[in-house]
Amino acid sequence: MSKNSEYLIERENKQYEVIIGLEVHAQVTSESKLFSQSSTKFGAEPNTQVSLVDAAFPGMLPVINEFCIEQAIKTGIGLKAKINKKSVFDRKNYFYADLPQGYQISQYKYPIVGEGKVILDMPNGQKEIGIERLHLEQDAGKSIHDIDPNNTLVDLNRSGVALMEIVSKPDLRSPDEVNVYIKKLRSIMRYLGTCDGNMQEGSLRADVNVSVRLKGETEFGTRCEIKNVNSIKFMQMAIISEANRQIDLLVEGKEIDQETRLFDTKRNETRSMRSKEDAHDYRYFPDPDLLPLEISQELIEKIKSDIPELPDEKKKRFIDKFNLSPYEATILVSDIETSNFFEEVIKNSDVKLATNWITGELFAVLNEKNLEISQSPVSAKNLSKLINLIKDGTISGKIAKTVFEQMIDGDQDPLIIVKEKGLKQESDPKVIEELINKVIENNSDKVAEYKSGKDKLFGFFVGQAMKESKGKGNPQLINKILKEKLNG
Amino acid sequence: MSDITSQSLFELISNIKEKKLSSEEITKAFINRAEKSKKLNVYVTDNFEKAIDQSKKFDSNPNLDFKLPGIPIAVKDLFCTNGVRTTAGSKILNNFVPTYESTVTQNLWSQGAILLGKLNCDEFAMGSSNETSFFGNVQNPVGENLVPGGSSGGSSAAVAANLTPVTIGTDTGGSIRQPASFTGTVGLKPTYGSCSRYGIVAFASSLDQAGPMTKNVRDCSMLLEVISSFDQKDSTSIDFKRNNYSKELSKDIKGKKIGIPKEYRVDNMPVEIEQLWQNGISYAKDCGAEIIDISLPHTNYALPTYYIVAPAEASSNLARYDGVKYGFRSPGQNLIEMYEKTRSEGFGDEVKRRIMIGTYVLSSGYYDAYYLKAQKVRQLIKKDFDNAFSKVDAILTPSTPSSAFKIGEKANDPVSMYLNDIFTVPINLAGLPGISIPAGKDKNNYPLGLQVIGKPFDEQNILNISYALEDKINFKNDISDWWLSE
Repeated sequence: MSKNSEYLIERENKQYEVIIGLEVHAQVTSESKLFSQSSTKFGAEPNTQVSLVDAAFPGMLPVINEFCIEQAIKTGIGLKAKINKKSVFDRKNYFYADLPQGYQISQYKYPIVGEGKVILDMPNGQKEIGIERLHLEQDAGKSIHDIDPNNTLVDLNRSGVALMEIVSKPDLRSPDEVNVYIKKLRSIMRYLGTCDGNMQEGSLRADVNVSVRLKGETEFGTRCEIKNVNSIKFMQMAIISEANRQIDLLVEGKEIDQETRLFDTKRNETRSMRSKEDAHDYRYFPDPDLLPLEISQELIEKIKSDIPELPDEKKKRFIDKFNLSPYEATILVSDIETSNFFEEVIKNSDVKLATNWITGELFAVLNEKNLEISQSPVSAKNLSKLINLIKDGTISGKIAKTVFEQMIDGDQDPLIIVKEKGLKQESDPKVIEELINKVIENNSDKVAEYKSGKDKLFGFFVGQAMKESKGKGNPQLINKILKEKLNG
Repeated sequence: MSDITSQSLFELISNIKEKKLSSEEITKAFINRAEKSKKLNVYVTDNFEKAIDQSKKFDSNPNLDFKLPGIPIAVKDLFCTNGVRTTAGSKILNNFVPTYESTVTQNLWSQGAILLGKLNCDEFAMGSSNETSFFGNVQNPVGENLVPGGSSGGSSAAVAANLTPVTIGTDTGGSIRQPASFTGTVGLKPTYGSCSRYGIVAFASSLDQAGPMTKNVRDCSMLLEVISSFDQKDSTSIDFKRNNYSKELSKDIKGKKIGIPKEYRVDNMPVEIEQLWQNGISYAKDCGAEIIDISLPHTNYALPTYYIVAPAEASSNLARYDGVKYGFRSPGQNLIEMYEKTRSEGFGDEVKRRIMIGTYVLSSGYYDAYYLKAQKVRQLIKKDFDNAFSKVDAILTPSTPSSAFKIGEKANDPVSMYLNDIFTVPINLAGLPGISIPAGKDKNNYPLGLQVIGKPFDEQNILNISYALEDKINFKNDISDWWLSE
C-alpha cells in the first residue's frame, strides 16, 4: 500500500500505527446443531429448539454433526488454508446460566483448519491478511435480563449451534481494512454456502484485538481484546476509540494493561470487562465424550471438487473475459447473488451496458429501497431486454431511464412499456431532418448567432430538436444532421 | 423347587419358559422380600406397583423368545429411567425424573425385563463403600455393619441378599468388581465401548462402563449378552461383533495362558488374599491352563493416575449440576451465590473433594504436571497390558486387597479408601474387560474375590475362565438373612 494511504493517528507530533487482529465467530449454515439434532432456525419461540443434549441433561452425550465438519473444511479450503487431518474437541470450562453443560465444546490445541489467507482489494491495491486458524465450537444460549425485574431468563435455542471461529493474524492496520476484511470473509462464506453472514441475526460477530505502536516500531504493543462486536460499523468505532484510548495512555507515559474490554455503543467507548489477572482459567482438556476427529484425504478431495468459483477467481475471469476494470469486477463479485445476476443479464446482452446499469441504476434502487439483489424489483431477464433495446437503438439511454423507472413497479417487460407508451426512438433520418428544419426555421436569429461564432448554441439546437421529437429522437442522429445543416 | 428369590437368572428363565412360574409370582416374591429387607437400605426408589402391573401384562401374553422374559430387575440409580426418579445417590438430583431411558436399561426392557426399582450407590458413583450416598449407607447382607463395597453397593447387596435376580452396575475404577468381591457375587466390567454410556449419569467419561452383577458366571454371560450393544448416541461406543456369550460359555480352558503379574503382590496384603490367589492359580492349572509369570511394571502408578484422570473428568462432568435447569436449587441473591449455595448444599463431601482435585489438576500451571502426565502414564499402563497380552490370554489377580470393612471404618480416611481400588483401576485405565468372581473367605468368613482380566473385546474368554474356576472353587455364600423383618 502506498505511504499516503496509511492509517496513522497523530498525537503530539508523533504518528501511531494501529494493529488489529480479529476473531470472527461465524455461524455454520446447517439445519441442525453441532452435537445434536435440534433445529437452528432463527427467530423461533424461546426454548423450542432445545434437545436433552443441548440442555445438558444427566447422561446425555454429544454426537458430532458431520455436515458441520464438512462446512468447516469447505470454509478452510475457501481461505486457502491447511486442513488438519486430525483435530481434537476440548472442553472450555466456565459457569454461566446460559451454558448448560458448564463447559463449551471447542477446539483448543488442535483446530480443524490451520493457516490460510484472505486477499483484500483496497483502493491502492491488494493486501493479504493471514489466517491463523479456524476451529469449530458450540454457541451458548442467551441470558435475558430485561424482561423479568427479578430474574434472568435463559433461552437455549442457540445453545449448541455450530460456530466457526476464524482467527486472523494481526495483519489489519485500519478500520477500512477491517471493513473490507469482514466483507470479504462474508463473501467467501456466502459463495461457499457455509455461513449466511447475517449480522442482524448474530450469524457473524467478532472479538477485536487492538494494539498501537509508534510508526516504524517493529515490536507489537500490549493488546486489548474487545469482546463480541456485532456490526462492522461498531467494530470500526470500537477500534478508533480503543486505539485513541491506548495512545492517550502512552502519551501520558502510562502502561497499557492487557485486558478484555467491552464496547459501549451508546457512549462510543470501550470499558474494562476483566484484567489479565482476572482472566478465566478455562481448564481446557480433551472432551472424553468425543474421539479425536479424523478427516480422510478422500473427504477433503471430495469437498474440494465441490468448491464453486470463489470471488478472487471470479474477479479475474470477469476482468480477463469481459474486459471489466478491476474496480467494476470487485463490485460485481463481492456478493455471489450480484455476480449471478450479472452473469444472467449478460447471457443475452452487452457486458459494458450491463455493468453500468447494474452498478448504476439498479444498485441505486436497491440502496434506496434497502433491498438485497435477490429481492431486486427488476429481473435479470427484463434488465437484459432493456439493455438490448438501448444497444439496438430502439430507445435512447435517457428514455431507458424512464422505462426502467416503470419496470421497477412489478418487474414489467420493457418491450411492452416501450410499445404501450410509444417510446420507441425515432431513427428515421428523413423525419429527423424534417424536425431539424423546423427548429432552424423557427430560430433564425439563433442560427445567425451560431454562424457568427457562438458555438455554445449547438446544445440549444439539440435540445430544441429533442423537444420537437417529444424526446424520442435518436440523439446521435440529431447531432449528426444538425452539424451538417448548421455547418454546411 | 427352591425359594424363588434364591434362584439364579438361568433357573428363573427356565421356570418361566416351562410355565412353572409366572412373571407375577417372581416379581411379587422379590417385592415381598424387599419389603422385609428395608434394613439393608438397597432401594433409593422402588417401582413395585408398576412392576406388578407389568408382570401381569407379561403373563397375559408371554413372549418367551425374549432373553429376559418377564424377569424383574432392579438397577443402580445411575441409569436414567424414563418416568422413574434417578438420583445418582445425590441430593442435587433428589427430585430428578428423566424423560428418557439409558440405552443399557432400554436393552433390558426390550428383552422382556421389568424394572423393580433403583438401587442405592455412592454419590455420583464416587466411593468404595456406599457411604457417600445422600440416601444413607447400605448394609452388606454378609454381616451387620459391614459395607457392601461401592460404588455399586446397593446393587451388590441386592444380588447377594436375593432382592433382585441380577442387576447392572457401573464401574469407573472398580465400582462393579469391588462390591461383587465384598458380597460374594459376580461382577463384570466390559471393555470400554461395549456398553453404551448414553443415559448413564457420567462420573469419568473415559473410564465409565456399565456391566452385569449376578450370582454366578452363567447369569453374568446371559446379562452381558443383553446389555452390550453398539450405540450411535455414544460416540465412544464401538461397533464390534458381540458374541452370544451364554451360548458360547465353556469350561474348557485347556491350554489357555494365564498371566500372574508380580506387581499385584502388594505390601501388607493379608495372607488370606495371597492364599486365595494361590488357590486360584492351582485351580486354573487343574483346568489345564498354563500359568505364566508376567510383569506390569507401571502398576504402582495406576492409582495416582486414576485419581487425577477421574476427578478431572468428574469436575467438568458435574458442572452441569448448577441449579439452573433441573435438580436441586438453593436460591441466592445473584447467580454466583445461587451456584455456591446450590453446589455446597447439593453435593456431599467426597464429591466436593473430587471436584476440587479435578479442578486443581486441570488448572493452568498444573495441567502439564498432573493431567497431561497422568495421560502419558495411562498410555504406559495400557502398553504394559499390551505387552502382557502378547504372551498370555488372560491375567489372574485378587479383586481387592482386603475383604469388606466395617461401616465408618475408613470414612474419614479417603486415601485408605482409595487403596481399595488398587487392583481394579488399572483395568479401567487400559479400557480392558475384567470380572470378579467369589473365590473364598477370610478369617471372618467374609467373601473374597479373584479378578480375571482379558484382552479388549475378549469377554468370552474371561467368562469361560471364570466359569471353569467357579466350578472348581464351588463358593457358597453364607448369608443368614439377619436383617429380615416381618
